[in-house]
Amino acid sequence: MKTIFSLLLLFTTVIFTVDSQNKGYDIGDVATDFKLKNIDDKWVSLSDFKEAKGFIIVFTCNTCPYAVAYEDRIEALNKKYAPKGYPLIAIMPNNVKTKPGDSMKEMQKRAKQKGFTFPYLMDADQSIYPQYGATKTPHIYVLELTDRGPVVQYIGAIDDNYKDAALVKNKYVENAVDALLDGVPFEVHKTKAIGCSIKL
Amino acid sequence: MKWLLTLVIFLSLSCKPETKASINLEVHDFEGIAPYLELEDSKTYVVNFWATWCAPCVKELPHFEALQAKYEDSVEVTLVSLDFPHQYETKLKPFIKKHNLKSKIVVLDDPDMNSWIPKVNPKWDGAIPVTLIYNTSKRLFYSRTFTYQELEAELKTFL
Repeated sequence: MKTIFSLLLLFTTVIFTVDSQNKGYDIGDVATDFKLKNIDDKWVSLSDFKEAKGFIIVFTCNTCPYAVAYEDRIEALNKKYAPKGYPLIAIMPNNVKTKPGDSMKEMQKRAKQKGFTFPYLMDADQSIYPQYGATKTPHIYVLELTDRGPVVQYIGAIDDNYKDAALVKNKYVENAVDALLDGVPFEVHKTKAIGCSIKL
Repeated sequence: MKWLLTLVIFLSLSCKPETKASINLEVHDFEGIAPYLELEDSKTYVVNFWATWCAPCVKELPHFEALQAKYEDSVEVTLVSLDFPHQYETKLKPFIKKHNLKSKIVVLDDPDMNSWIPKVNPKWDGAIPVTLIYNTSKRLFYSRTFTYQELEAELKTFL
């Protein structure tokens, strides 16, 4: 009996593991739109951006030191690319009961302090980040608007030096968006970086 | 002038003994850490990637300490800290001292993360904690947290 139970457990584990690996988007997948509340209390969807050619989606938060290290660079990305048709949209995916420092009030405070010009949305029921497959903050998705919808073109880090923006050699997100704007292929579609796991 | 400024800063820092702990950190880039992931002897190695700012990491840290204490002859626990350099003195060293950590601690300081994360394991997405358990005959990577019972059960499959 115990063996059967162990076997069952093993199967469930295997199935779950396989399943969790298949979760989330890969390059070329069509990303879902969403309707999430912004820090100004308005609802924001991708479809609201009528002029957009694509989007820079950033899963981020107030409380992760890596996310904080990238705040100024995220703001700079929006300033540079929103006028070119690639607005940046930040989404806070953490459970605020686990991380009170990421509450809507704290998000509003942080955005005001830092002068964020991009929407800073809350994935309040934690339903959007799993569809994207985000696992940590910061975690970036560059989407290109096509006839099929918003297609995932880049997943990963902003650049290759969280510590010092001046020492960055590869601006992954900028390279991707520049290439998409120029309609030319680009090399690096996926990168990895250390981040804070999304809090359940 | 610049030299004098540095001296003043240094002196003002060293005037605060309560925030300083007499711990020598072993700090490496990934090249310096890599050998700890490839040791080949009779021991089983448990390598945990963590940081003081990572709540789930801090929560499971005592289990790694307990494991090291119980299996001190056959197992070596290595705690690879991903703390930020500017917090070595203010966060990491005080944390090590406060919790009286006995396991081997090495600090990984290498900002080009995309170059080394896949070398630890191709499946690692960059979230921490993660744990690597290996010996000369077996090697497994865990992108999860552990209770003590779970950790010991995993270790036993290597012994």
